Amino acid sequence: MSTQRKDKEPASLMWRLLVAITVLVYVFMFAPILVVILLSFNDSSFGAFPFVGFSFRWFVKLAENEAILSALSTSAILGVLTALIATLLAMLAALALVRHKVSGQKTVSLILIAPLLIPETVLAVGLLLLLRALDLPRTYLLLLAGHILITFPFAVLVIQARLAGLGRTYEEAARSLGASALVTFREVTLPLSLPAVTAAALFSFTISFDNLTASLFWRPNGVETIPTQIFSMLKDSVSPEINALGTVMVVITVGLSLLAGAAGSQVARQARASDADTQDAISK
Amino acid sequence: MASAEIQTKSRAGWLLLLPSLTLMIVLMITPMAIMMAYTFFEYVDIGVERAAFMADNWVALITDPYYYYALWKTAKVALITTVICVVVGYIPAYTLAMVQSKYRWILMLLLLLPFWISFVIRTMSWMQVLGAHGALNSVLITLGIIDAPLEMLYTEGAVVIGLAHFLLPFTILNIFVAIESSDKTLVPVARTLGATPARAFVEVTLPLSMPGVATGGLLAFVLAAGSYVTPAILGGPNDYLFGNLIFSTVMTELNWPMGATLGIALVLILGALIVIYNRYFGLERLTRGMA
Repeated sequence: MSTQRKDKEPASLMWRLLVAITVLVYVFMFAPILVVILLSFNDSSFGAFPFVGFSFRWFVKLAENEAILSALSTSAILGVLTALIATLLAMLAALALVRHKVSGQKTVSLILIAPLLIPETVLAVGLLLLLRALDLPRTYLLLLAGHILITFPFAVLVIQARLAGLGRTYEEAARSLGASALVTFREVTLPLSLPAVTAAALFSFTISFDNLTASLFWRPNGVETIPTQIFSMLKDSVSPEINALGTVMVVITVGLSLLAGAAGSQVARQARASDADTQDAISK
Repeated sequence: MASAEIQTKSRAGWLLLLPSLTLMIVLMITPMAIMMAYTFFEYVDIGVERAAFMADNWVALITDPYYYYALWKTAKVALITTVICVVVGYIPAYTLAMVQSKYRWILMLLLLLPFWISFVIRTMSWMQVLGAHGALNSVLITLGIIDAPLEMLYTEGAVVIGLAHFLLPFTILNIFVAIESSDKTLVPVARTLGATPARAFVEVTLPLSMPGVATGGLLAFVLAAGSYVTPAILGGPNDYLFGNLIFSTVMTELNWPMGATLGIALVLILGALIVIYNRYFGLERLTRGMA
């Protein structure tokens, strides 16, 4: 500790420069979002500067916008279905990869995460070519299948990491006490991996809800998700309702992540406290 | 373990993998195979092609300026973006790994926040900053520095800024993890042995952080080179990248054979980069950096 402090003294000017640049990078990352939030309260018919006055009217307009509301429900349903199916498939695949000896494991893993490595535009064209070869129309089902394809690798990586971290001690204990494979899964593996499964589902939902590029290729005529709806409203200039929608989405996501962060640090603090207790007990 | 048990375990494993492997075969492998075949098909008319085995599409990719211009433009924009993201991202990553403050968790949380904020809103926000009636022009005009708005939106620079804004969190996080997980006692050791702070950084911290730089850099390059939305929103008519070319070829011109050729070409180029990366750092690191 003391050596580190001694190191920093002569370099403190350098250190201050680094901190200043770091602050600037954070400003670069968040200032544009703050501009959108500011403009969403602008009482002007254009979604841009100058700022003429404070108003909530674009939020009221937003709540009355049928197109956006219907896109919102499309995105929400699509996200939930995608998350459920992708997480279920990912759970099964992760179990196989972590708990079972499968020959050619490396190849299998590579195939399962390959959609991450292929640009979305290419995956999108691929699925459209498949439909073309089979002479099928673009339907809602295509959008769902595509979203599952895109989110699956993320879900499998999250669950796989957790299962590998768990080790198999608990499962082996259950098995040696006479539990069947199915009971072991239900009573031991599943509860222990529940945080990862939840995280994978949330992650899949967010990725699906946020997806724009592939959705622009896949959506059937007349179907809009929230991102494609916003995208189509961005031609030429930004409508003020988009600013309001942006603000709503930022407030929700920031609120959620702050909540998750607070819950996380609370859990960590409790864990540290109980850890300290245990160590006290041991040292006594 | 008896070999019979290994066999049943293996069979159960394949059974568990059946749904996801089926998904990949139907939705990814088969489509890519069809796509490969399409690159040799003949384009007859809008939305009409003939099964054939000819190299015309590939020749067009290399000889038609319309296509190879986009290829160079994409490589250029992706490279500039990557360099910016790595160089600019290195500083906050380093500061964050070294800072001793009880508020560090807030900075960490803020770093993850962009991943949760809608991508299209983040991209669109630059229209509000760079546009003719955007924040920057308004401030500059109010201050009397300029008389007429600067044309910043719908330029290549706007595309690079939008991409860097989207990709910076990826590079910062990857470099941060590399520095954070390296042995931090090595720098004091180097200092004790007489190295200046600058020399200790160059000889110890920098090499140890290289895997993070490579991972963040590759992610930034691959995602920038494959982008469609950012150039479509922030770029001008001449700022189309490869992704935009693919979109218009397939969705507007309905030239499926050429669209397939462009797609396969993009996969081959980016795939080559990923293969090189895999040789030195291993693919697991890359997928961890993404998820």
